[in-house]
Amino acid sequence: MTRDVREAVAEAHRREWAFVLAATARVAGDIDLAEECVQDAYVSALDAWARDGVPANTGAWLTVAARRRAIDAHRRDRTLRTKLPLLIPPDGDQEPEPELDEQEPSVIADDRLRLVFTCCHPALAREAQVALTLRLVCGLTTEEIAQAFLVSEATMAARVTRAKKKISAARVPYRVPAEADLPERLDAVLTVVHLLFTTGHTAPGGTDLIRADLVDRAVQLTLMLQQLMPDEREVRGLLALLLLTDARRATRTAPDGRMLLLEEQDRSRWDRDAIAEGQRLVMSALRGGQPGRFALQAAIAALHAEAPSYGETDWLQVLRLYDELVRVWPSPVVVLNRTVALSMVDGPAAALAEVALLEDDGRLAGYRYLYATKADLLNRLGQRADAAKAYREALAVTANAQERDFLTRRLSEVS
Amino acid sequence: MAQYLILIYETEESYAKATEAELNAVMAAHNRFAEQVAELGATMVGGNALQPTMTATTIRSDIVTDGPFVETKEALGGYYLIEAADLDQALAVGKLCPAPYGGVEVRPIMTF
Repeated sequence: MTRDVREAVAEAHRREWAFVLAATARVAGDIDLAEECVQDAYVSALDAWARDGVPANTGAWLTVAARRRAIDAHRRDRTLRTKLPLLIPPDGDQEPEPELDEQEPSVIADDRLRLVFTCCHPALAREAQVALTLRLVCGLTTEEIAQAFLVSEATMAARVTRAKKKISAARVPYRVPAEADLPERLDAVLTVVHLLFTTGHTAPGGTDLIRADLVDRAVQLTLMLQQLMPDEREVRGLLALLLLTDARRATRTAPDGRMLLLEEQDRSRWDRDAIAEGQRLVMSALRGGQPGRFALQAAIAALHAEAPSYGETDWLQVLRLYDELVRVWPSPVVVLNRTVALSMVDGPAAALAEVALLEDDGRLAGYRYLYATKADLLNRLGQRADAAKAYREALAVTANAQERDFLTRRLSEVS
Repeated sequence: MAQYLILIYETEESYAKATEAELNAVMAAHNRFAEQVAELGATMVGGNALQPTMTATTIRSDIVTDGPFVETKEALGGYYLIEAADLDQALAVGKLCPAPYGGVEVRPIMTF
């Protein structure tokens, strides 16, 4: 078997998985059966494409192959159908086997959206939403997902199974939400995709290949969402945020592997094309009404991206954007992040006062960045003893090796 | 269509402290709720308010004790049995169910 065929199958896996699974699910009427058929279809492609050549439309080939298997499975086991309630196509009836061609795009497009919205249903816990999205929409194996989230394969398998059982038992419908529910439901989808991105982006260590793959998957998912829902500004906002954040990828670690802060990154090595595209999307996402939280986060990222240095960043504008962001997304984490901008506009003392309020509030107890931020502000104010204490508090709740390394170095600087 | 139980959990103290006007408002909301369920296209199969937890008796391994099964801040105070097309419809019904002093749980009925 040539490398080309293997690569073509791998490429088809990356690009077409959701498309093929969703289309097969319509025929299979059940996600587990659909998954099995799609897996088999990809495996069969290795031989078939080696023998007959890689088809022009790999997605169509795989869909036909998978659907044929699903129909055969139904014929073989009629009784099994009554016990497979996981996905119920709204039209109910079994479709005749269509020839897959360019005329079906809108039908297929809807199917992928249905899949995504089902995986991100609020009835599922966040962890389950993430696991299910990676499994069903991205086609990652349970092992790969487990590695990405640093849990055992058994734990992840159980999580996915539980989620599927919940969908089945409680009858989570397989559909794109109604107009009225869409903003809230879309927000959940975007949150899951963003979580995939940050998991891949912020934690070097573990299996690095899987991490970079997560970032790429998140970007691809967002591109797919943009294609399927071109009018949704928050999708553009998320895409902008991902592009602008990922533009810094090359500069986030020093040659010796040490984590580099925004202040220390070599801006000349940021991906300017990604930044330009991100900025374009931000402008588009901000226009036409109240900007959502992803558009606002992207706008903040854009201000960082266009500043020649940390010090020359338009901090006042960043602060204004954070004010907006806190309004639409009153999360204590956002309030904390705002204090950093505040410190650059009004000085560390003003920011420290707000951090103290957050500490009293209690909701961020155990959140390592609360203590790390406090420590940095105290350090800037010259209060070394208090800064040292705060760095120790941060270390007590930080597991990531790179972050521990960073905090330990800072601690030694103030001790 | 599948059946779901909507369980209403609320603090009993709130009802004890409520004014007559507030209590009437809740009653009216429950009456209105029955209509709203039909408007959504779901079916109200049944429902009842329960007497307060001090009237409950618990049996565990043949031992009978006074009080509810679990002592919780928000106690089980009533239920509705509904029929809905899917979870989304059941949740839409659940959101309309009056529970001003707590919230509701939506649980699918087991089918064998």
